[in-house]
Amino acid sequence: MSHPDLDVNALVNTNAAKPAVNLPKAPQMMRPVTAVTLLLLLALVIASFISLPSKWNELFTADAGSKTIEFLQGFAPPDVSTGMLHKVGIATFETLAMSALGTLIAAILGLLLALPASGRFGVIAMSTTRLFLNIARAIPELVWASIMLIAAGLGPFAGTIALAAHTTGVLGRLFAESLENTSPHAESTLRINGATAINAFLYAKLPQALPQMLSYTLYRWENNIRAAAILGVVGAGGLGQMLKYFLSLFQMQSAATVIIAMLMLVAMVDWLSFALRRWLVH
Amino acid sequence: MLLTSMPSGSTITTDPAWRGRITLFVFGLILLWPMLVMTEFKPWELMDAQSLNATWRFLIAFFPPAHSTEFLLIVATATWQTIAMASAGMALAMIAAIPLTLIINEHLSISRIGLRRMSWPAMLVRQTIRWVLVLLRSVPELVWALLFVRIVGLGPTAGVLAIALTYAGMLGKVYAEILETSDPLATDTLLQNGCSRLTAFFYGALPNAAAELTSYTIYRWECAIRGSVVMGFVGAGGLGQRMDESLKMLSGAEVSTMLLVFVVLVAIADSVSKLFRKGLAT
Repeated sequence: MSHPDLDVNALVNTNAAKPAVNLPKAPQMMRPVTAVTLLLLLALVIASFISLPSKWNELFTADAGSKTIEFLQGFAPPDVSTGMLHKVGIATFETLAMSALGTLIAAILGLLLALPASGRFGVIAMSTTRLFLNIARAIPELVWASIMLIAAGLGPFAGTIALAAHTTGVLGRLFAESLENTSPHAESTLRINGATAINAFLYAKLPQALPQMLSYTLYRWENNIRAAAILGVVGAGGLGQMLKYFLSLFQMQSAATVIIAMLMLVAMVDWLSFALRRWLVH
Repeated sequence: MLLTSMPSGSTITTDPAWRGRITLFVFGLILLWPMLVMTEFKPWELMDAQSLNATWRFLIAFFPPAHSTEFLLIVATATWQTIAMASAGMALAMIAAIPLTLIINEHLSISRIGLRRMSWPAMLVRQTIRWVLVLLRSVPELVWALLFVRIVGLGPTAGVLAIALTYAGMLGKVYAEILETSDPLATDTLLQNGCSRLTAFFYGALPNAAAELTSYTIYRWECAIRGSVVMGFVGAGGLGQRMDESLKMLSGAEVSTMLLVFVVLVAIADSVSKLFRKGLAT
């Protein structure tokens, strides 16, 4: 932003013939850099719309409208027969179990990898572990899941490993950071007084970093429940797999039940984490 | 350690808290057991000769990554499609979110002036739109994509619409939050002196919040790029769909190329977004 500076000359030279109103200069609308950036972004968006082989015309015909309405009407009413509810209940627990187990494995592996990643075993170990953690983190759960299907076959096991793989990358890095950020005094005091390296770590460093690590783990679990609900669309178990199954059979009413179960699960997790956070803060 | 209250010469050799630790451990195991059963957790199946063989052959094919000109061209097209999908989806999401956020913004309420509380129709309209936004963002984008693939067919249009709907829900909510947490004084003054709501918004609320709004939008664009890769797995075009096809053909070389491209793409989006946001912060 340019500063609206007063025109000093105009103030001094005001004569009676020109009763000038000495308003400050209006601020510049935007810097040239901003204008160019905005134009480039606009070009990106326009290029995107042009290059996509989209079917916008089809979307806005009367036929498409009635087709969509017909499609949506297929969802009502949701299937609430006892058998269906039972199946959805089992799939919901499967989703929860996948997320919990995946997070637990990731927390254990993440702690083990955080030791070298926080620089305890030299620079080479640190950079290789960090590279590994970064790669694990960069690949999303869903991509992990579809790769894991090759090794573990269809089912919740592949989903659990996929969640564990991605979350290990995330937690490993966060754990390493919290190990680095705690004060080193307690541990070095134990070491100087003759405690072994393992004891010094277990009795000084770990208790210091543990609360933060626990809070990171809970936060990731919350994320993983959401992820586990949709992971199944590639065949990795849980509610997602059911949704994919019913949608490909065009059993829309059953699919509607699964979607409602997903929404309820996510809403419940949101509410619980909100309540837990408020309880922890107060 | 020697304490004065202890008989001299004796040291603590057992862990004083062992009872609690063992109880917790056993309790954890009891909790863990049904989860292991539910997720069909059988790691030994990974070590099965047949599955090990298939995995090994798949992983061996990762090196070297596929790099024929023809394939690289396909990957480049798919990558652009992914970026285009994210950008077009974001553009549509903003077009939907901006009017909605203007409606629900409480600072722009005229009936609130003087009385300090809104009239009930105004409250009703705001609450209804808030619920619409909640619904839009609660359904995971992948589920929206699955549904749209059924309506508009395979291809990036489904992905664009899925991003547009989910992100409209998120942007609308967060825009309103950013605008409502800024100081209402300027807006109030303008409204009380008879400005129209749009004028009050543009001259009162927007200048305060512009940097934060832009920063959040860029961050969401980065998320959209990550999301649009994943959406390809349900048939919504782009890099994800190509990856899904290569995975189904067990072509390790192609998968490794695309994983590399994906990691680089996410890293670039991440740094571009950081660069922009740093520019905005100063």
